[in-house]
Amino acid sequence: MTEFRSVDLVKEFRHLVSERALTGETMVLNMGPQHPSTHGVLRLILELDGEIVVNAIPDIGFLHTGVEKNMEAKTYQKAEVMTDRLDYLNPMGNNLVYSLAVEKLCDLDVPPRAQVLRVILAELTRLNSHLLWLGTTGLDVGAMSVFLYCMREREMLLDIFEMCSGARMMTTYIRPGGLWRDVPVEFEDAVNRFIRLMPRQIDEYEALLTNNPLFLERTKGIGKITNEQCHEYNITGPILRATGEAYDLRKAQPYCGYEQFEFDIPTRNEGDVYARYRVRIEEMRQSVRILEQAMRNIPYGPVRSNNRKFIPPPRSEIGVSMEALIHHFKIWTEGFPVPKGAVYVSVESPRGELGVYMESDGGSKPYRVHYRTPTFANLQILPILTRGHFVADVVAIIASIDIVLGDADR
Amino acid sequence: MNATLVIEWVVKSLVIILVLTGGFAYTTLYERKVLARMQVRRGPNRAGPLGILQPVADGIKLIFKEELTPHNADKFIFTVAPVITVVPALVITAVVPWGREISLFGRTFTLYLSNVNVAVLYILSVTSISVYGITLAGWSSNNKYATLGGVRATAQMISYELALGCAYIGPILIVGSMSLVDIVEAQAGVWFIFLQPVAFLVYFLASLAEVNRAPFDMPEAEQELTAGYHTEYSGMKFALFFMAEYIKMIAVAMIGVSLFLGGYLGPGIDRFPILGPVYLFIKVAVWLFVIIWVRATLPRIRYDRLMALGWKVMFPLALLSVMITALVLLFVES
Repeated sequence: MTEFRSVDLVKEFRHLVSERALTGETMVLNMGPQHPSTHGVLRLILELDGEIVVNAIPDIGFLHTGVEKNMEAKTYQKAEVMTDRLDYLNPMGNNLVYSLAVEKLCDLDVPPRAQVLRVILAELTRLNSHLLWLGTTGLDVGAMSVFLYCMREREMLLDIFEMCSGARMMTTYIRPGGLWRDVPVEFEDAVNRFIRLMPRQIDEYEALLTNNPLFLERTKGIGKITNEQCHEYNITGPILRATGEAYDLRKAQPYCGYEQFEFDIPTRNEGDVYARYRVRIEEMRQSVRILEQAMRNIPYGPVRSNNRKFIPPPRSEIGVSMEALIHHFKIWTEGFPVPKGAVYVSVESPRGELGVYMESDGGSKPYRVHYRTPTFANLQILPILTRGHFVADVVAIIASIDIVLGDADR
Repeated sequence: MNATLVIEWVVKSLVIILVLTGGFAYTTLYERKVLARMQVRRGPNRAGPLGILQPVADGIKLIFKEELTPHNADKFIFTVAPVITVVPALVITAVVPWGREISLFGRTFTLYLSNVNVAVLYILSVTSISVYGITLAGWSSNNKYATLGGVRATAQMISYELALGCAYIGPILIVGSMSLVDIVEAQAGVWFIFLQPVAFLVYFLASLAEVNRAPFDMPEAEQELTAGYHTEYSGMKFALFFMAEYIKMIAVAMIGVSLFLGGYLGPGIDRFPILGPVYLFIKVAVWLFVIIWVRATLPRIRYDRLMALGWKVMFPLALLSVMITALVLLFVES
């Protein structure tokens, strides 16, 4: 028979809990890593006084996959495949920031068609992530139908990704120098259908939640944070914008031609769970707005740079050109050498600033890749947000931070 | 006379138990189907045509599941708690009439098990017992989540019981009897939902809290307490809790229908008394539909808010309703 070893949480976390826990006055509760609403494998050590949270200690690392270290052993093409696995709700965004970094190191050009398609794909991914966030938020406060409605629309997005890249989540579609291949002919129709439908669907979600007194009660005044605290903890994304600061990398340092599109940065001043909810909902509407503009004029042309030193030649060339065959062979066997140097590139992911620091020693494998992931930074404020609230609110607060543990643990 | 009467009682009791347990099984299917339709899904459709054998499959699975008792649990209470919860649920409906008298095999049968003159008091006291089961289950499991669920159940009970009790008073005052048979018969002219709309609303909300249904399902709030008081239960013990919840759903629906929606009354009941159970069934099905609908739509309320709602809104409202009813009755009589 198996002997179960009982773990004394209080002893294990003696240095982090308050003195009242040591005397047994407060209860130390282990929440996660296997818990319905810790969104993956977040573990929380909650110190409770009755049902009121005295202290919350996040414990991350259960999804650590060593992506950064692994990348050092892979050529630039191969390393990109791992970026999908970081923030699995934002695969195109991860591909994008990786590609931007490599492009900056190699000084690669990106054709205009690829630029616009990148914007479209990035916004579709943002919608994809926000839909899942909305669904799980609904689920966490007990409104289960919203989840399934969101999944219904997300299905359309996943179909679009599948149509482009062949994979629904792990796309590896945006590559250094452009895209892997051109989008299929059905792509435009599918996206247009989606953006025609989406505003109405967002209205439907809002009808269920935005003015629902029970939802307001669960979210208003819960998990408040000020703008100063956000700066102290390096918080970005919707959480920062919900404290009244209109900071969005798409406007602050435009990439991929975001400056050509007209859109607003939604902000709220309250800084609570409800404000974050409203900001994200409004962001979904703005994403649809960007998509509408982008879909109207997608330029024609190639979707991948023609620089043969970095980009493998198309199949059609290999049969007729000796040089193309050599390039094909070289690039796929040993990779392409990237000039020596270090860059930091960041994009606005659905969760905040997603940055990548990439250092090259001149070889075909990166010397060091470091990700600045928004979830990792945003998760720091969880103890501050939850202090003094009920256990039920902890769940709503976790949902409002919109954590993806793949993003935090890497 | 005595022997036949005893046989009649036994048969009726068996029928009630069987109908309730069968009803429990099919309420789960009903709920899953209705929820699925509201959530753009299909619901269970593999076991039997349209999934009608799904409850059987669920039952077989639960019976054959291994039952685990956690280390350090209080074994006796851990085993008894589900029983304490399920038995009151089964016996509540003994006082609810199913229809008028019918003649069968040359004998006249009454379509209720007993017509006691304190039926409403009986219901109130019996339903209160089952919360002990929940609290004890939470406490005996030696699990922090379960304990929190059990504590929540207690807090919830004290905040809705008073309002629930006051909601019963309106119909009682009008009829002047606590027997549910009398109350139903008094609604032949007009249903009490039209005379007592506030009491009806309070009853509906309080009964949701009573059966731990959304939006008042805090004792088992999945997203917060994993499964609340029945976290550590498995197999048939878990099934008993599940059964108690659904049977109580049916029971509060039957009681509510009897108190406010005219019970078994309906067009043609005078000529065909056998229609009584049919009307009751339809009304209960509609009531259950509303409960499921609420679950599909509303977020869960926080438990401190439920207490505030119970004490600060529902209880005063119910009291006010009782007072107005009493005053109006006095006025009418004089």
